[in-house]
Amino acid sequence: MIEATGLTKHYGKTVAVDDLSFRVEPGRVTGFLGPNGAGKSTTMRMILGLDNPSGGRVTVKGRDYRSLREPLRVVGALLDAKWVHPNRSARAHLLWLARSNRIPAARVDEVLDMVGLTQVAKRRAGGFSLGMSQRLGIAGALLGDPEVLLFDEPVNGLDPEGILWIRQFMHRLAAEGRTVFVSSHLLSEMAQTAQDLIVIGRGKLIAQTSTEQFIADATEDTVRVRSPHLDRLRELLDGRARVAEAATPDGALVVHGVQPAFIGELAASNGITLHELSPQLGSLEEAFMQLTKESVEYHAAD
Amino acid sequence: MTLLAVERIKLFSTRSPWWCMLLALGLTVGITAIIAANWTDSPMPVLGAVFTHTFGLYVVMVMAALAVTTEYRFGTIKSTFQAVPDRISPMVAKAVVVVLLSGLVGLASAFGSWGLSWVLAEDNSDLALTTANDWRHVAGVGLVYAAGALLALGVGALVRQTAGAVSIILVFALVVESVVGFIPNIGDDIQKWMPFTVASKFIFGDPDPSAIPNGAGPPAIGELSPWGSFGYFAGIALVIYIVSLVVVKRRDA
Amino acid sequence: MIEAVGLTKRYGKTVAVDNLSFTVEPGRVTGFLGPNGAGKSTTMRMILGLDRPTSGQVLIDGKPYARLDRPLRTVGALLDAKWVHPNRSAQAHLQWLAKSNGLPDRRVDEVLDMVGLTKVAKRRAGGFSLGMSQRLGIAGALLGDPKVLLFDEPVNGLDPEGILWIRQFMQGLAAEGRTVLVSSHLLSEMALTAQDLVVIGRGKLISQSSTTEFVERSTENTVRVRSPHADKLGAMLVDKGFTVREDTDGSLTVSGAQSDEIGDIAAASGVVLHELSPQRGSLEQAFMQLTGDSVEYHAELAETGK
Repeated sequence: MIEATGLTKHYGKTVAVDDLSFRVEPGRVTGFLGPNGAGKSTTMRMILGLDNPSGGRVTVKGRDYRSLREPLRVVGALLDAKWVHPNRSARAHLLWLARSNRIPAARVDEVLDMVGLTQVAKRRAGGFSLGMSQRLGIAGALLGDPEVLLFDEPVNGLDPEGILWIRQFMHRLAAEGRTVFVSSHLLSEMAQTAQDLIVIGRGKLIAQTSTEQFIADATEDTVRVRSPHLDRLRELLDGRARVAEAATPDGALVVHGVQPAFIGELAASNGITLHELSPQLGSLEEAFMQLTKESVEYHAAD
Repeated sequence: MTLLAVERIKLFSTRSPWWCMLLALGLTVGITAIIAANWTDSPMPVLGAVFTHTFGLYVVMVMAALAVTTEYRFGTIKSTFQAVPDRISPMVAKAVVVVLLSGLVGLASAFGSWGLSWVLAEDNSDLALTTANDWRHVAGVGLVYAAGALLALGVGALVRQTAGAVSIILVFALVVESVVGFIPNIGDDIQKWMPFTVASKFIFGDPDPSAIPNGAGPPAIGELSPWGSFGYFAGIALVIYIVSLVVVKRRDA
Repeated sequence: MIEAVGLTKRYGKTVAVDNLSFTVEPGRVTGFLGPNGAGKSTTMRMILGLDRPTSGQVLIDGKPYARLDRPLRTVGALLDAKWVHPNRSAQAHLQWLAKSNGLPDRRVDEVLDMVGLTKVAKRRAGGFSLGMSQRLGIAGALLGDPKVLLFDEPVNGLDPEGILWIRQFMQGLAAEGRTVLVSSHLLSEMALTAQDLVVIGRGKLISQSSTTEFVERSTENTVRVRSPHADKLGAMLVDKGFTVREDTDGSLTVSGAQSDEIGDIAAASGVVLHELSPQRGSLEQAFMQLTGDSVEYHAELAETGK
């Protein structure tokens, strides 16, 4: 579990993180979202004891990171895949990390195998593609078989198979009861990965909730309807719901403000045949844009 | 012990320390060999055999600075502090490994130079290591390299950038220390307290000034005794290193 | 329009691109997909005349890139956002590009404005974040107001707002009748962006079709049905020969039937429907299905624990 209480970080006059409190629970994948400059990286660095908070604190399993004796056995992190000496081999990189926390060298070969880098273990890390560096970073995070895992943009540079692999991998780590905290800008990817979300903007907490709840709260559910008797259905719905044409060429209607069951009952009691009656959920992206509107640092002109 | 092993793996799993060590040995032993082979008019003194040690010192200091600055350059310092969050122990372990290694390089360089001179010099009757002073001239190189490495580690950790740290060290040792001598009136007084000038007095210093070959090296006797000179140089290195530890501990990684 | 005919590229004995033929139509966003090492970058480089094909050819509006009169006015490309001199300002970078193709300086300010970099135009590009570099690269691609645009991983380094912006931007460019070819590994993003897909594996064409077709062809389509009379409806559907599975929440998943058929059956027997939603497979499922054998490099899903 990760717990932040009143966490604050100033750089000179700039407030990067502002009185931030949240909890990351074990057994779930928690997404960490926010626009650029929202303070995500700074927060992650403070969790790992790399930056000192200006105020408040953040603990991992109830303890300050800096007070952990062999921290790699408690927390594994991948913040930047490029944090590797380019002239050192993948294996040597993991070996010194392992040694520092008394992790046996055999574990190095295990994690190399897990991420599929065994064949290139002796090659210098500087020659790795971004995807391979990413795998090496993941291997480093797994070294100590830690209960808490932090990933910053883990799918960066991975190909579709790698993306699927890491998503399933994070799900499994969570299913094993570990705490998995993932920061990413790829909302369509996060919607499939994270069960819980912590959303920040300008260093402040915007939301901490389940992904489902987050979307439900910020977007309106609609129902997509197709029917051979669309005109009659439209008349019946008039005054009870807001109806619009769908953008698709199949002539479907998009109905706002009522449950699909209501439309189904209405159709059945009037003998109207339905060809489709699908509830449409909002996307994580819509919800995110809705909620972070004010805290985006940098707007592109249209 | 664990952290020493960590730093050993880090140091020897990249190529640049190997190149630096080879270069340090090659420069000192190689140039000494040329000097020895051409030393014809008089018996070659012990000091002649270690005259080139400063070239190796600069290379060793660059190696030590790199050991810290590349960690910042490539971000591995974050992994290091993630693995050992108290920060001081990995920095101390790094210092132990780098300082020991530098000392060994110094010994290898000095005894290599001396041995080759023995073989190559026409008259090696003065090269025998008979007195404690003779031993200091040669073995002392190991101590100077070790202290120099500690100084470079401190500068590297403070500056964090390879180019910056290396230029500070080289510009100070090669330019600043000689240029201050030209300041009117006080120049000489300042110069004789400059760390690298003092360090060379530990190697070259001899209670008997006539032992210095003509024109070779600075005046033999400084303000301090030879061992006092080393204490002064090592003290400055230690202070800079300790300051760097305090800064590293407090600063955001 | 981009047209590749029998395009082949060998590096020594390695065949990077192998007799590849495809067409990228104007007026649509076309996704260019493939596992690592499939030959996507090599193909894009050949389109731009940076690499010479070993055999075959690739044409832009009927001409090879090298024969285009003022290439920036025909093709705009963003291959790597970091191809900028770090000490040159964003504006200066675009100015020399513009000069090289006889474009007016005014156009530089226009494209800077389009990508939202006007305020930082005078700052050195080396200090830009990846997202800003990406915008600068896009500005460069737009300079010559080209009819054909190539993007390689355009959302790389962008934040959610930037990702949404570039998606809408590319769709806008296509809607203006331009040809837009986008290569990306982010399938969930491509599913939202691309109308057409060119999929390659090991240098060979695996599929060229619309995104919808691609997904429908390689994943199983089912229909999710909820009804207060689920038992009765389920029995009728089984009688008709469809496969019906009951889920834990009481809903039915029907395979082998179109939602229209199920709707007709329900209406004919007066069954009330609470939901009737066709479930489509994801682009990712379809992609994995089709490229399964052409992935160069498999990581194992090994156990994490000791």
